[in-house]
Amino acid sequence: MSDNTDDIELRLLLDAIFRKYHYDFRGYSMASIKRRLLHAREKFGCGTFSLLQDKVLHDPTVMPELLTYLTVQVSELFRDPAYFRGIRQHVAPFLKTYPSIKVWVAGCSGGEELYSLAILFREEGLESRTMFYATDINPKALRRAEAGVYELDRLAAFTENHQLSGGKSSLSDYYTAAYGGAVFDKTLRKRVVFSDHSLVSDTVFAEVQLISCRNVLIYFDRELQDRAIGLFADSLSRQGFLGLGAKENLRFSRHADRFIEFSKEDRIYQKRGAS
Amino acid sequence: MSTRPIEAIVIGASAGALDALTQVLTPLPADYPLPLLAVVHLPADKKSILAELLDMKCRLSVKEGEDKEPLAAGVVYVAPPDYHMLVEKDGTLSLSSEEPVLYSRPSIDVLFESAADAFGPGLVGVILTGANEDGAHGLATIREAGGRCIVQRPHNAYASTMPLAALQTCNDARTMSLPEIAEFLKEAGGLP
Repeated sequence: MSDNTDDIELRLLLDAIFRKYHYDFRGYSMASIKRRLLHAREKFGCGTFSLLQDKVLHDPTVMPELLTYLTVQVSELFRDPAYFRGIRQHVAPFLKTYPSIKVWVAGCSGGEELYSLAILFREEGLESRTMFYATDINPKALRRAEAGVYELDRLAAFTENHQLSGGKSSLSDYYTAAYGGAVFDKTLRKRVVFSDHSLVSDTVFAEVQLISCRNVLIYFDRELQDRAIGLFADSLSRQGFLGLGAKENLRFSRHADRFIEFSKEDRIYQKRGAS
Repeated sequence: MSTRPIEAIVIGASAGALDALTQVLTPLPADYPLPLLAVVHLPADKKSILAELLDMKCRLSVKEGEDKEPLAAGVVYVAPPDYHMLVEKDGTLSLSSEEPVLYSRPSIDVLFESAADAFGPGLVGVILTGANEDGAHGLATIREAGGRCIVQRPHNAYASTMPLAALQTCNDARTMSLPEIAEFLKEAGGLP
């Protein structure tokens, strides 16, 4: 099928962003990125992607804002409670046998998944020997994750999710309400390193025992998914764990045979012992 | 009207969806030559059995769409709960957990807009019963791309808000009863 003008311009825009800012969205799923960029185009008052490209190349203030459109930042604390219950019941007992644990939250966005795991690790008595790496390509999202402030109207859902995940305490133990937001306990991020890292272009930076990367791979095309999953396999220690989103799996991946389905229903994979 | 052969069918339904979809899909044969994609509004927190239910009732095979799955003829892909489902130009599906649209995830608009982009005039869009306005914008996008637009006759629908909203953005869409829609889909697939 031949590309229409919009698509030609869209590809040129992504190419321009890569050349100028080294953010590489060229291997993302086009249908949803196009939708998000159409919103951005409207927001910036541009009739075409070429006009948006002109703006992003010549006005340095545009790229940071465009990045919020290019990266999806929708999550909740303990989103899909069954996943966190799976980590709690099946993965935590393994990790308890390790003297030290490293956890990588890849594509951490605003930090919801990170705080969920930090709370879970505290409840399971794993916190003191754990180091978390929270990475994202979007500096604004990383700053939000570091701040750990969420809108009060989201807390009811967070609290319910936490309970359904098998929470052993009250979520309100972990935050204080202030200035119209809920500020999460800063001791939860005492053992967190926030860092800029791209699954598209960066490499292994540590050997970790658990990677949680939920609803990030769906925005990648097949080739890029393969790259990221290979990176995960290379980063995990023997018998380390990989947790994905509820509708993500390794079935179509080139690296599928480097993992076993540890908890199929919860999308938790374990790296094979010998590799 | 376009002469380009039809390549895919997209269907959106909400309140009363199970019965309406059953009536539209059961007359279609197992060897139906086109892929069908459906968005039904479902509660986000429940594991959906909609695809299984429809699969039991239909001769077509019905399944939840998976990320990066290539579309095949004679299969109905239902969007999974809590994810948007989009079509890529290479004929594969993508899922997304972006914000709900009109309080809905999956959203009919999101599927329809991406499918309009992927299939252009080769697409049929169908809006069935429902109690909100999701799908109206998507159907208009299908028409703009040269595709064919069908709306369930509002006074026959279990909930008429969605068909009425679709007719407002797409006033030249053809209105039909559920059995007529099934007949239309057969013809669209080149079946007698």
